[in-house]
Amino acid sequence: MGPPDAGGHFGSFGGRFVPEALMPACLELDAAFRDAWADPDFVAEYHRTLREFGGRPTPVTYLGRLSERLGLSVYAKREDLAHTGSHKINNVVGQALLTKRMGKTRVIAETGAGQHGVATATAAARLGLACSVYMGEVDTVRQALNVFRMELLGATVVPVTSGSRTLKDAVNEALREWVTCVADTHYCIGSVMGPHPFPWMVREFQSVIGVEAANQLRDFGVTTPDFVVACVGGGSNAAGVFAGFADSSAQLIGVEAAGGSAVGLGVPGVLHGMRSLLLQDDHGQIEEAYSISAGLDYPGIGPEHAYLADQGRARYVAVGDDVVIEALQVLSELEGIIPALETAHAVAWLLRAAGDEIPAGSTVLLNLSGRGDKDVAQVRSILRGES
Amino acid sequence: MTTLDTRLRDLRTRRKALVPYFIGGLTADWTTYVSASILAGADVIEVGVPFSDPMMDGPVIQAGALRALSNNVTLESICHDLSVAAFEVPIVVMTYYNVLHHFGLERSAELLAQSGVAGVIVPDLAIEESTPWHDVATAADVATVLMVAPSSPAERVQRIGELSQGFVYAAARMAVTGRAADVGDASRVVQAVRATCDTPTYVGIGITTADHAREAATLSDGVIVGSALVQRILDGASAQELEGAISTFRRALDGASSEA
Ligand SMILES: Cc1ncc(COP(=O)(O)O)c(C=O)c1O
Repeated sequence: MGPPDAGGHFGSFGGRFVPEALMPACLELDAAFRDAWADPDFVAEYHRTLREFGGRPTPVTYLGRLSERLGLSVYAKREDLAHTGSHKINNVVGQALLTKRMGKTRVIAETGAGQHGVATATAAARLGLACSVYMGEVDTVRQALNVFRMELLGATVVPVTSGSRTLKDAVNEALREWVTCVADTHYCIGSVMGPHPFPWMVREFQSVIGVEAANQLRDFGVTTPDFVVACVGGGSNAAGVFAGFADSSAQLIGVEAAGGSAVGLGVPGVLHGMRSLLLQDDHGQIEEAYSISAGLDYPGIGPEHAYLADQGRARYVAVGDDVVIEALQVLSELEGIIPALETAHAVAWLLRAAGDEIPAGSTVLLNLSGRGDKDVAQVRSILRGES
Repeated sequence: MTTLDTRLRDLRTRRKALVPYFIGGLTADWTTYVSASILAGADVIEVGVPFSDPMMDGPVIQAGALRALSNNVTLESICHDLSVAAFEVPIVVMTYYNVLHHFGLERSAELLAQSGVAGVIVPDLAIEESTPWHDVATAADVATVLMVAPSSPAERVQRIGELSQGFVYAAARMAVTGRAADVGDASRVVQAVRATCDTPTYVGIGITTADHAREAATLSDGVIVGSALVQRILDGASAQELEGAISTFRRALDGASSEA
């Protein structure tokens, strides 16, 4: 997975589709990121912060009982053990450090489930940046505890009441707000999406997952896994883990939520500053995604994933809400790990594909993108038949 | 030069341009509002083709766009209404890139041209990405109007000035569409454009009152008035009431012309 072209294109996807008011900021960010990422001092500070504050490196765990059940060798990259409970911290630490380097004093972010909002508020607190998080009103209700967490961390949470009042509208509102404050504020986007350089930059900040995992697997005697599996909302945890294996023979599998399957159901279009695959109606109006997990409720996918799908380098599959809860239970009971509902999509595909699309005896790396603490109340009410 | 270039250069010799913005299909009789505004002295009409995710629009136009979409308005239905109405003054369509991209760039340009549309404004189509659209639109004699923002550095203003057809849209402030208390950075942005090109330059974003319009037009060649009018229609104003509002803007601009 190399860099995009100078305009931020991965094949025909990506690019920069933003109002002129934001173009200078996108160009400035592109230059600042290139400069920082080539500066050994910046890179060292990023890794030091992730080590001392972010809980990296996260371990790789051999999932013995699950492996036995499925007739596979399954290893998990434990992003659930990173600070704030998911891979999101890798990206926000990078972007928050870059914000300071650019001399900006404030970050804004969008959030769906609240995971990226909490991670951004966390990094902002650590680095002394002001922080406002845009969150669809519907999601502020679904994830009320995360709203409170962000407030504890000193951030302001702005409920978004426009459109469908979920993640895509939170992105719209963050972009609109960014137009008004771009001089002193960085938009800390939460996934490998948006205008260039965001998809590339976020992938680079998340590639630590794949680079670490490739080394750690070698300690288990695994040179190349047969499959690398990750859930996909915007696609940042998937891009991060894929980055460690793109040049290997491993099959890369992204698992989308059936109701938000941009690769399965989407067509090329332009939204949120990028050209990618998007769920849309016959007239190019963006459709809402539906998923049991707020973090996968996004009608698009990062442009690099659209490109990898187009090239056949990665394959994207979808699983429905119905099998996700069971997958969460299986991993909890067999391995003592309660995964996030997003992550449970990847587990659900493993359960379905083992012995079929994944031949018996294969070695699989599962990216365990986050822990399920945030979801247990929702899962309890589903299991009790309350929702 | 596109036809819109010729017409707006000619207009500049006569008076300051008044460009009201309407959301296509906001009401079933939306074109009667357009007719009323032409009677009251509008020179160019900007017609919004709604998109589900209008990144450059504030709450007023967002609400209008959602209402229009709930009436099943589409690019084709708006173009149909425009061909039937066959307005005398130039029509400039404002929409987001996905609407054109989805319908097909060439097909969109042809449909717009056939419907009598003289130009388009696509606020999320940065100059870096605009070539494919620009080429097919120019071939169909549909002008592509580009925006200059207060944040645009001199070299971008120059490039935008070279590429923009019909007029240059000078954004008065770092904000999305909406109502505002003053004309913001209009003077600085217009001067930056004037320094690099001779294309007529109209000020928009936040022009709310007749005083704003007069002030902005004294500096420039015209003004675009959006949210302030859409809000009136959302509040239930009749076409006649709207005609009154447009007349007020017209008088303000004619005052500005005589001062200038
Ligand atoms: C644990 C977890 N995994 C995955 C995602 C989806 O995001 P992405 O596809 O960018 O990794 C989220 C988003 O909130 C998340 O919280």
